[in-house]
Amino acid sequence: MTTILESRTLAPAVKYLRVEAPKIARRYRPGQFVIVRATSEGERIPLTISDGDDGWIALIVQAVGRTTGLLCLLEAGDELQDLVGPLGMPSEIEHFGTVVVIGGGVGSAIAYPTARALVAADNRVVTILGGRTRQHIILEDEMRAWVDEVHVTTDDGSHGTPGFVTDVLAPMVTGSDVPDRVLAIGPIPMMRAVAEITRPLAIPTIVSLNPIMVDGTGMCGGCRVRVAGQTRFACVDGPEFDAHLVDFDILARRNRSYAEFETARKDELVRLTGIELGGG
Amino acid sequence: MTERTRRERMRLPRQKPAEQDAAVRSGTFTEVNLGFTPQQAMLEAERCIECKRAPCVAGCPVGIQIHEFVPRVAAGDFSAAAAIIERDNLLPAICGRVCPQETQCEGVCVLARKYTPVAIGNLERFVADWQHTQPQATAQSRTAQTGKRVAVVGSGPAGLACAADLARLGHGVTVFEALHELGGVLSYGIPDYRLPREVLQRELDGLASRGVSFVTNAVVGMTDTVDQLLEEEGFDAVFLGVGAGLPRFLGIEGEDLVGVYSANEFLTRVNLMQAHRSNAETPVFDVVGQRVAVFGGGNTAMDAVRTGLRLGAAESIVMYRRTESEMPARREEIEHAHQEGVRFQTLVTPVELLGEDGGRLTAVRLQRMELGEPGPDGRPRPVPIPGSEFEEEVSVVIIAVGNSPNPLIGKTTPDIAHDRRGTIVVDPGSGRTTKLGVFAGGDIATGGATVILAMGAGRSAANAIDEYLRSGTWEPPDVGSPRGAPEPT
Repeated sequence: MTTILESRTLAPAVKYLRVEAPKIARRYRPGQFVIVRATSEGERIPLTISDGDDGWIALIVQAVGRTTGLLCLLEAGDELQDLVGPLGMPSEIEHFGTVVVIGGGVGSAIAYPTARALVAADNRVVTILGGRTRQHIILEDEMRAWVDEVHVTTDDGSHGTPGFVTDVLAPMVTGSDVPDRVLAIGPIPMMRAVAEITRPLAIPTIVSLNPIMVDGTGMCGGCRVRVAGQTRFACVDGPEFDAHLVDFDILARRNRSYAEFETARKDELVRLTGIELGGG
Repeated sequence: MTERTRRERMRLPRQKPAEQDAAVRSGTFTEVNLGFTPQQAMLEAERCIECKRAPCVAGCPVGIQIHEFVPRVAAGDFSAAAAIIERDNLLPAICGRVCPQETQCEGVCVLARKYTPVAIGNLERFVADWQHTQPQATAQSRTAQTGKRVAVVGSGPAGLACAADLARLGHGVTVFEALHELGGVLSYGIPDYRLPREVLQRELDGLASRGVSFVTNAVVGMTDTVDQLLEEEGFDAVFLGVGAGLPRFLGIEGEDLVGVYSANEFLTRVNLMQAHRSNAETPVFDVVGQRVAVFGGGNTAMDAVRTGLRLGAAESIVMYRRTESEMPARREEIEHAHQEGVRFQTLVTPVELLGEDGGRLTAVRLQRMELGEPGPDGRPRPVPIPGSEFEEEVSVVIIAVGNSPNPLIGKTTPDIAHDRRGTIVVDPGSGRTTKLGVFAGGDIATGGATVILAMGAGRSAANAIDEYLRSGTWEPPDVGSPRGAPEPT
C-alpha cells in the first residue's frame, strides 16, 4: 500500500497527487511512468511521474474514466493499492539548442519534468501550454519558474492566444529561430497536428504515447504501437517515439478498444459518487 | 494390499482420475482433473514393477526418486512418499499438474512399451495434495542462517524453486516480483482450471514459512538495477528468473486491429485481473456467442482456446500449421480441449487479419499447409500450398506463438552478456552469468520452455549460489564468441 501525502485540484477533473514512494523518487528520470492500482479489484493503469523529491513522487490525474475517477476521489492519508515503477525509457536529454516543449491539457504534467531537465542541459526551452479554457491550463507558474519562454493558448480565448498550440508553433518553425527539437505531449489529435507542422521542415519531433497497458514490463504486448512500420512496445521501448514515424490512426483506434465497457463503468462511478469527469 | 504377481501388476489398467464433466466445466474455471482417490493412487502405484534401471528418474528434469516414492504409495505410506518427493521437488502439487509427463518420466516408463506408463504425474499430485491435508505439513523448521542474503528476481517456477532451496540451505532469501501478485506464469498464465490459485498459494505459504520474503511491485532493472541490489541493497548474490516475457507476434497485416491479443495479454486479463467476472474493473473483449481463433499449438495455445470457451465463445478454434501429433502441448490438455468442444483446425497458417473500417477484427485469411521434410528439430516442416487461401470469420484472435526474452535486465545491466536471441548467457550447470555473483535460469536463459525445466534450472542455480557464497570462488561461464546485449526490440 502506498500513502497519499497530498491531494489537490489543479483544474476541473484534474488532481495533483503527491504519494509516498522513496525508491521510485530516487530512481526515476523525466519521461518515465508508474503503474497504479487504486483498489484491490482495480485495473492497472499507467501514469507519468510529473515530479519527485525526497521520498515522494507526484502524479497528475485527469478523471476521464473509472480508475482515474477513483484516483481523483483520493485525499491525503488515503492509500493506493499498488504502485510500481519507474517504468519505460527516460526522455532523451542532451544539449539540442532550442527545444519547444508543448503540453496539451494534462500532457503538461508529463512535459514538465522533461522541460526542467532540458533547461538543466543548457537548452533554450520554449513552452506552449494549451487547454480548453483558462481553468484547464495547468503548471503555468511552475513552467515559468524554469523555462525561457511560456506561451499559452486556450480554445475559447479566455487566457493567452485564442486557438490551439499549433497556432503558436506554426510561426515559430517558419521564423528566423527554427527550433532544433520539438516535444509534444497531449491528446492524439494535438500530437498528430504538431507532427504535421514539423514534418516538412524535418524538425526532430518527439511525442509521448499513452496506449492501453496491463503489466507495463513488456509481458503482455497490449501497448504495441506502429512506429516506422515496426511493432514497438510503449512500455519498454517508449513511451516517447519519433512523431514523424508514429501511426496515430492505429493508436487512436486501439485506445478506443474498450469504449463501451469504459463508458458503462464510468457512468456507474458518476452515479455512485457524483464525481465530475473531464473530457478524454 | 492384495498380493499380485509382477505380470498381474503390469496388466492392471492405468487408473484415470475423475474429471469434471466436459459440458459443465467448459463454462467454469474450476479444476478439470479432480485427482486420484487414495484407493486409485495405491492401485496405480502398484502397476509399477519396480524395474531395476528406473528410467523414469533420468526422465525427470529434477531427478525425483520416482522408483522410491511410487512403491511407498502402493504400500499406502503417503507420508514417506511425500518425504522422498520433497528431497528433489519442493513444488510437487504444481509439477504434478503442469509437467509434460508424457515426454519425461512417463515417456520412458518401461510399461509404456507394451502397456501404458505408470501415471507418475497424477501420483505426484496425489501425494502433494494428501500431504497438504496433514497437520504437520505447515510446521516447517528453519535451517540455521548463514548470514548471506540472496535476491531472487521473478516469482515464477525458476525463482520459486531457487528460493526454496536457498532457504533450505540457510540463506536469507528475498523474492522480487514485478506484478502485484506472486507466481509469475503460474499466476498470470496458467488458468485456474489447470492450476487452482489455492494450490499456488499453498506453495507460496510454504516458502514464507521457511523464511522466504516476498516483495511485489518491484521490477528489477527499473525499480532496482542488478547493480543496486548488489551494492546498495546488500545482497550477496542475485538469481535472475525473469522469464521470457515479451510476446512474439506474427508480423502479418492486421495485427494491430482491435480484437487481436497476445496470449499473454488475454490470459493476464482473465487469470490475473479476473476480467471475466461481472464486477471486473479490467475489460476483456466480449466473446459470448462469438468465434475465437488461437494461433499456436503449445500449452499456452490450449490455455487460451479453452479459456475462450469458458468466456462463452460460440466456437473456440485452435489454428495450427502442422498436425495435431506435432503439437507441443501436453497430451492431457489436447484431450481436454477436444472433450470440451474446442475445434482443431490444423495445417493452416494465418496470412492476414481483416477488419472493418473502425479497426475491429472481422476475419482471418488462412493458407493451407502440408507437411514437408523434417526440419532441424526433427519435426516435419509445414509447407504452404499455393492458391489455397481462404477466410474464416472471427471476432477475437489470440496469438500464442511464443515469447522472446524480456529486455529489461539487458538494458540496464550491460555487463550481463546476452546472446543474439536476447537470452542471458549462462554456464549450463550452474547458471553463472558473465557478472560476478549473478546467476540466471529458466526461460530468460533457455528461451521459452516448461515449468519443470525452469524449476530444475532454479534448483541447480541454488546449489551453485550456495557453493559460491560458501567458497567465494567464481568462474565465469565460457561465453564463446563475443556477444553483446540484445538490440532493443
